Amino acid sequence: MMHQSETRTNGHGSLTSYIIGFILSILFTVAAYAAVVYHLFDNHAVVVSFIVGLAILQLLVQLIFFLHLTSSSGPNWNLQSFIFTVIIVGILVGGNIWIMISLGYNMTM
Amino acid sequence: MMNNTLNDNIHSHVAHHEDDGKASFGFWLYIMSDCILFGMIFAVYGVLHTETFGGPSGREIFNMPYVLVETFILLISSFTYGLAMLDVHAYKKNRAMIWLLVTFLLGLSFVILEVNEFVHLVNEGNGWQRSAFLASFFTLVGTHGLHVTVGLVWMINLMAQVIKYGLTVTTIKKLSCLSLFWHFLDIVWIFVFTTVYLMGVM
Repeated sequence: MMHQSETRTNGHGSLTSYIIGFILSILFTVAAYAAVVYHLFDNHAVVVSFIVGLAILQLLVQLIFFLHLTSSSGPNWNLQSFIFTVIIVGILVGGNIWIMISLGYNMTM
Repeated sequence: MMNNTLNDNIHSHVAHHEDDGKASFGFWLYIMSDCILFGMIFAVYGVLHTETFGGPSGREIFNMPYVLVETFILLISSFTYGLAMLDVHAYKKNRAMIWLLVTFLLGLSFVILEVNEFVHLVNEGNGWQRSAFLASFFTLVGTHGLHVTVGLVWMINLMAQVIKYGLTVTTIKKLSCLSLFWHFLDIVWIFVFTTVYLMGVM
């Protein structure tokens, strides 16, 4: 049916994309859980990087396969506003934590 | 010569896609502002989560298998909402309603599990007044849970509207907005799961 074949290009997605996204999300969740709860790594820093990396990967998977936030379909305002938000959140969260750590350091030594 | 159903399908298909996506983009901008809100609450948690003030840390109060179940429930619900939207866009109203109902029940289960977790913590004396860690925990996880609850109320509303009016340009527009909201909540939960629970028990 004409409608079905068009679904890929108008931001609606397909059954395949949801299934891929779902399976990948499950895998990433289980991997992160196992790494922490079953102590798969010795090094603390490695585990943290691993689970944070998995979280970011799962974020991307869900953005692409569930929310269909891709670089196709012309000037993508959804994608641009998302990138803007990421920058703002980065400045706000990173800045706040930097300030609070500095305060803690400068006021307790 | 076209029969009426073909005409109607083409007309509603065109009408469906003539909704120029303004409502969805506007709602997306709201979601972006919600990201900033959650970002700030995460930042506060980041600063305060070590301040346990003699009370318990995450390791002592988090039940990891329980949290994993909550995580799977929410993830599955995000998937089933996707399935619902596929049926919505194909105008399969009854199938869409079934997937919406499944999504609702999963979301409701998530909220019930979370409320249960909170009630237990409060009854043990580990409520939000106990320490800065617990205050920021309840604020972060609670704000997310509140969003899910509002989403559930909205979902029931939309299901009633679809029953009453069917899949029109308007109801589809609203279902698309809720879809953004629901997927977004699962994305926020990825980070709650990772930074609060997983890092909390390390």
